[in-house]
Amino acid sequence: MALENADIEKIAILARLQVTPNEMNDYTNSISSILSLIDQMQQVDTNGIAPLSNPHDATQRLREDTVTCDDQREAFMAIAPATQDGLYLVPQVLD
Amino acid sequence: MTWEIVIGLEIHVQLATKTKLFSGAKIGFGAAPNTQTTLVDLGMPGALPVFNEAALRMAVTFGTAIDAQVCKHSVFARKNYFYPDSPKGYQTSQMDHPIVGLGHLDIQLDDGTTKRIGVTRAHLEEDAGKSLHQDYDGMTGIDLNRSSTPLLEIVSEPDMRSAKEAVAYMRKMHAIVTTIGISDGNMAEGSMRCDANVSLRPKGQEKLGTRTELKNINSFKFIERAINIEVERQIDILEDGGKIVQETRLYDADKNETRPMRSKEEANDYRYFPCPDLLPIEIDDAYIDAIRHSLPELPDQRSARFVSTLGLSEYDAAVLSASRNLADYFEAVVDVCDDAKLSANWVMGEVAKYMNQNNIEIEQNPVSASHLGQLICRIKDDTINGKGAKTVFDGLWNQTGEVDEIIAARGLKQVNDVFAIDAMVDEVIANNPKQVAQYLAAQEDKRGKMLGFFMGQVMKASKGSANPGQVNGLLAKKLNALC
Repeated sequence: MALENADIEKIAILARLQVTPNEMNDYTNSISSILSLIDQMQQVDTNGIAPLSNPHDATQRLREDTVTCDDQREAFMAIAPATQDGLYLVPQVLD
Repeated sequence: MTWEIVIGLEIHVQLATKTKLFSGAKIGFGAAPNTQTTLVDLGMPGALPVFNEAALRMAVTFGTAIDAQVCKHSVFARKNYFYPDSPKGYQTSQMDHPIVGLGHLDIQLDDGTTKRIGVTRAHLEEDAGKSLHQDYDGMTGIDLNRSSTPLLEIVSEPDMRSAKEAVAYMRKMHAIVTTIGISDGNMAEGSMRCDANVSLRPKGQEKLGTRTELKNINSFKFIERAINIEVERQIDILEDGGKIVQETRLYDADKNETRPMRSKEEANDYRYFPCPDLLPIEIDDAYIDAIRHSLPELPDQRSARFVSTLGLSEYDAAVLSASRNLADYFEAVVDVCDDAKLSANWVMGEVAKYMNQNNIEIEQNPVSASHLGQLICRIKDDTINGKGAKTVFDGLWNQTGEVDEIIAARGLKQVNDVFAIDAMVDEVIANNPKQVAQYLAAQEDKRGKMLGFFMGQVMKASKGSANPGQVNGLLAKKLNALC
C-alpha cells in the first residue's frame, strides 16, 4: 500500500508532529515501504490461527485495590516546565 | 408525517474503587489538584500500568447483574487522541474484546407494562484529567487527579422510543449499579453521566435515520430535556426537507438547546490498537460464578418481594425499589412501624412531596427512617390523626424535635375520649338546626356526603384533635336517631 504526501500530513496532524516540506517525501517513502512489508505479511495464510495480542504467553497480573502511592506533587511539579496553584500549565487549548 | 424516535444511551459509570485503574493512587472527590497522581497517571515514559483487581470484579459483577455474557478473555486497547488532560496521548480502553458482552434490563413504562432494553456491551476504560481554561497568563491549567479513574462504559442497543424511556433506563441502571455497590451513582459529582444517540425515522420504516450524539448529560432531568429538544430540532429540519448531519452535539442546560461541538474537539480517527503495556485479561468460570452467587438482591427481585411478602401493589413496589437508598429507607420505616402499606403511602406521599418541593434526593432527606416509623406508630395507636401526623412530619422535616415532643408541643394529641367527643357532637348538632333539618330531609344515599359538614364542625371545635373515626361514627348514629 503506497501512501501519498496528504496521508502523511494527516498522520502528522493527528500525532501533533511537525513535518517540514523537505522531510515529506522521505516520510512518505519510508512509511510506504513499511506498509508494503505488511502487505507481504498479509499474504501469509493465517486461517485457523488465533490472533496474537501479545508475544508473551502470559496473562495480566492483577493489583490489589490498596493505596500504595503517597502524594508526590511537589516532586513531580519540580520537573514540570510551568506550574501554578498546584496545576500543570500547558499552552492554551482553544475551546 | 409521524416520526419514530430512536434512542441509544452510552452511560459512563465511575467505579467505586479506592485506587485508580492502573496505579495505586488514591481516588477521592474534591482533593487538592494533582495530589492524587503517580508517574503512571502522569503518562511518564517507562511508567507501566498494573490493572486493579477490584475494577475487574466490579465489571464482572455488573455483567452478571444484567444477565450478560461475561467475557473470559478481554483486551485493553489504546484509543489515540491528543489532548493535554490525557498526557499519554491515548486513553486505555477496550475495543474488540470488552469485558461484558450482550445483556439486558427491563424498564417499567407509564402504562404499567415492562419493556426489555438490550445492552450491547460494557467495557473498562480510564477517565481523563481536567483542563481549567481560566486564564493562567494565556496557559491552560491541568489537574490530573481524575486521570486513570476507572470507568465502566455501558452501551445500550437503540431500543428506546422516547425521552421518558431513556430516563427510565438510566434510572434502572442507576438502581442496579448502586445496589451491586460498584458505584456511588452520584450524578452531581460526575460518577454517572451519559451520552445519548438520537435519530428519527418515519413510523414503519426499518432503516435507522441519521443520528446525532448528545454529550455528557449529568442528570435525569437533563436527559429528558436534552433528548426532547434534540428531537424537536431534528423534526424541524426533516419536515423542512433538510437532512440531519451526523455529529456530536452539546446540551446547554441554561439555554435549553443543543449545539454542535467544534470539529477540533471531535477527532474521530482514534486508531485503536491493542495496548502493548497490558496483557490480555483471562478469567475462568469459577471466578465468574463466585461473583454471580454473591450478587445482592437486585432491584427487580426487591420489587417482587415488596409485592409478595409486604403486600404492596406492583406500582408502589416499582417506585420504592427504584433506588437502593429509597428502598433501604422504606424498609427501615417498615421495620420500625410494621406497616408496609402505611409506610409506602408516607414515603411516596409526604416524603416524596417534600423532597420534590426542596429539590433533594432521598440521601438528603432530613427525616430519619426511625422518626417516620415512630410517626406511623402514633397514627396506628390513635395518638394522632392524619392531619396531626402531617403537622408532625413538617416538624420532623424542619428538625424541631422528636415525634412525641412535637405532638406534645403542638397539642396534636388526638382526643379519643368518647365522652368529650360525644359532648362536642351534641353541641354541633344543637348549634346547626338548619343543616340538621336539611340532613333529615335528604334521601339516605345523599346523607353520607352531607355528614362532611358536621365532621368539619366537630373537628374545628376540637381544634383538629378529635379522632375522625369516632366522630364519624357518633355523628351518623346521633343524626340518624333523629329521623
